[in-house]
Amino acid sequence: MKKQKLVMVGNGMAGCRTLEELLKLAPDMYDITVFGAEPHPNYNRIMLSPVLAGETKFDDIVLNDLAWYRDNGITLHAGKQVTKIDRKARKVVASDGTEASYDRLLLATGSSPFILPVPGKELPGVIAYRDIADTEAMIEAAKHHSHAVVIGAGLLGLEAANGLKLRGMDVTVVHLADWIMERQLDKTAADLLQASLEAKGLKFLLGKQTSELVQGESGRVATIRFKDGTGNHAELAADLVVMAVGIRPSTALAESAGIHCERGIVVDDTLQTYDPKIYAVGECVAHRGIAYGLVAPLFEQAKVCANHLAHMGIGRYSGSVTSTKLKVTGIDVFSAGNFMGGEGYEDIVLSDPSAGIYKRLVIKGDLLAGAVLYGDTADGAWYFQLLKDQQSIAEIRDHLMFGSHHVGAYHTGDAGHAGVSQAAAMPDTAEVCGCNGVCKGDIVKAIKTHGLFTIDDVRKHTKASSSCGSCTGLVEQILASTVGGAYQPADTKDKPVCGCTDHSHGVVRAAIRDQHLLTIPATMRCLEWRTPNGCATCRPTINYYLISSWPKEAEDDPQSRFINERAHANIQRDGTYSVVPRMWGGLTTPDELRRIANVAEKFAIPTVKMTGGARIDLLGIKKADLPLVWADLGMPSGHAYGKSIRTVKTCVGAEHCRFGTQLSMTMGVKLEKMLYGMWAPHKVKLAVSGCPRNCAEAGIKDVGVIGVDSGYELYVAGNGGIKTEVAQFFCKVTSDEEVLEYSAAFLQLYREEAFYLERTCHYIARVGLDHVKKIVVEDAARRKELYERLLFSLQDYEDPWAAAVTQPAVRREYEKLEVL
Amino acid sequence: MEDWKKLCPLADIPRLGSRVVKSAAGDIAVFRTADDEVFALHDKCPHKGGPLSQGIVAGKVVTCPMHSWKIQLENGEAMAPDVGCARSFAVKLEADMVWITL
Repeated sequence: MKKQKLVMVGNGMAGCRTLEELLKLAPDMYDITVFGAEPHPNYNRIMLSPVLAGETKFDDIVLNDLAWYRDNGITLHAGKQVTKIDRKARKVVASDGTEASYDRLLLATGSSPFILPVPGKELPGVIAYRDIADTEAMIEAAKHHSHAVVIGAGLLGLEAANGLKLRGMDVTVVHLADWIMERQLDKTAADLLQASLEAKGLKFLLGKQTSELVQGESGRVATIRFKDGTGNHAELAADLVVMAVGIRPSTALAESAGIHCERGIVVDDTLQTYDPKIYAVGECVAHRGIAYGLVAPLFEQAKVCANHLAHMGIGRYSGSVTSTKLKVTGIDVFSAGNFMGGEGYEDIVLSDPSAGIYKRLVIKGDLLAGAVLYGDTADGAWYFQLLKDQQSIAEIRDHLMFGSHHVGAYHTGDAGHAGVSQAAAMPDTAEVCGCNGVCKGDIVKAIKTHGLFTIDDVRKHTKASSSCGSCTGLVEQILASTVGGAYQPADTKDKPVCGCTDHSHGVVRAAIRDQHLLTIPATMRCLEWRTPNGCATCRPTINYYLISSWPKEAEDDPQSRFINERAHANIQRDGTYSVVPRMWGGLTTPDELRRIANVAEKFAIPTVKMTGGARIDLLGIKKADLPLVWADLGMPSGHAYGKSIRTVKTCVGAEHCRFGTQLSMTMGVKLEKMLYGMWAPHKVKLAVSGCPRNCAEAGIKDVGVIGVDSGYELYVAGNGGIKTEVAQFFCKVTSDEEVLEYSAAFLQLYREEAFYLERTCHYIARVGLDHVKKIVVEDAARRKELYERLLFSLQDYEDPWAAAVTQPAVRREYEKLEVL
Repeated sequence: MEDWKKLCPLADIPRLGSRVVKSAAGDIAVFRTADDEVFALHDKCPHKGGPLSQGIVAGKVVTCPMHSWKIQLENGEAMAPDVGCARSFAVKLEADMVWITL
């Protein structure tokens, strides 16, 4: 079939991102031609400010070099402006006469700076701030001239002023409104920002309206004049005037072709204009009446538009919530959503002027509506996420102001980066990712040179936060402060499982449940996976969803299990394995200990130690020896290697302890026997203490049971590892049977609702403790159903170690081949 | 020149899995893809020596169980951004029997 022709007008970030997305989906569908008015390939426009400030060079901000166009078979007309669209003949014409015909046309003409209609606006030395040419003009002017005036104290104006100051100019920022960045900040935050910019040497004239730019003897602009409120004139020396008073979508071309435009080119939720053959993305577009000027929403548009150009037809763009972050080195300011409040809104404000900290959260009902942060923006990404996800803050409202660390909801962990939480204050040499040894400087460099915009991009290029994930929040902050307004936190709700699919965990789970899917290939077919057999991320995920949704029906696939769960032992750094036999409730016998000692000697096991869960760990066993070790031990698997029930830790309790109120060992053994063989989204640890002294440390377990004189208190969602989290009180029960039923029901709900690799604390943070209590504590019928479903799926569970000992087919996994 | 040695029936290697072969040059991992292609690599990840045979196989890539480097089965090269190469060995399939040259 003959390829269709796609012509793109405008060679900027939104357009090129659309092409990239399109090439991923349908690499061979179109012959692509691109017209760009600037004589450059696509570059990272938001990095112009660091170029101006001398922090980076132009070569470093190119996103798609000429080789990219060539390699993808794209014809690039750089430096040619399209002047006409002939919709009847379906072709475009450029100013030099170049023509290109199209089957589909993509308009990505961007925006142009608004120029104040004042006398003298066309004088030499008066420029806007939009592209490389403007940036170069400013750098050049800074070499020969000394007085710069920036009109407009918005994001761009302040970044320009900061850059010019760093290049040695005397800079005054003139602004019409009463405070700077009035579209992004409230007055209190703006005043703080202004004070710190003044400390850097910038000057401000607020509430001033420019009336005229006056030519000097050299022919260049020399003076700026103002009209103030009373009609008096004031003036200021200015041999460089930068107008940064806003942008206008570039719609002239579209309008001349009769395409319906309002504020921008009007598009629907599929980014289609009123002419069905013509699509539009980026700053030139008006979607539901809004024209976006930050890059993050434009990338969302690009994704949807590419989906439709590729004839897939499933994406919809429904608008974006935007956030703002100023890229001025050393200054942290963040805002998002409706930060001014108003009728029906409430404010929570924290103000500490001498520390330079101001935070304002705007709340409507149970939802966060907006936020302004100054000085400490560490939680900006978290607040933005709450905003975007429209997550109820009812349960965390009293801690909300103090950030995600107080709520324990967002960051996956808090260990491994020395407790540092403010990215801007960190030196480049500071280690951010303690697992992979990645420093802040490495991350910033990768973001700048590779043009990265998402946390996943950063992970791919630097490995930072790709192992335990505890530094994710910190890496996000570094990303946010490096790319400024382009930063868009990943959608936690709709985040794809992995690169093999666009579907989220929730969608995959629902499909498996609703469509009664029983195998990994069937799931991938049903959900149109992009890869033939997934990857090391999605296969274990799907495998877990299958076996937890359809126990006894779906078959467990060993090749989709991580090695520890496939070999039923923990792989160690030297490739040997560790073996932890099950000891119910932490109890053992002289006979078991003798067998363990004999095994340790017979197989020359180098290390024998106690685990954190009070079991015995035998380390340094060769894989081929595992079945032999298990045969000699004659004890069941302790599952110390699995996303599964690990241990039930117990104190000695009323059996021996003079303080004990309940038989905690007996209770622990009952719980552990009930849960034996339970696979879960992540590891599950329990503890039972016989009295409130809580020697079994039940306060940091997924389920903690504390005996009191009148029964037991149950606590859930504690965590002693990556993110230290104190378990929350769940309910009080009176009998052993109730402990079993409530614990089992809670864990079954977790097994059915949590996403793979979500610990109970993360699951509870996502769905809310109230949700879980409603089902497990308050609804006796549902609790019983959950309890029975768990017991059903654990029925007849076979000890995997015994299977490896007795079944040759299972044992093959452990045996090496020899060449004949 | 090539000295083919008989290894095992194809059925002895699980689909999307592997087996380890002892050799004088150290352990070799022999992989089988979903389409029954077989590949052999030195069983040491170029990163920190993790046993590639224990990784998860998808497409023609194995993910090292130690630090999740992705190694291409056809040539042993690590996928970007990681850089490194595991030695590969020639293997062939004849009448459901796997052969290898060491």
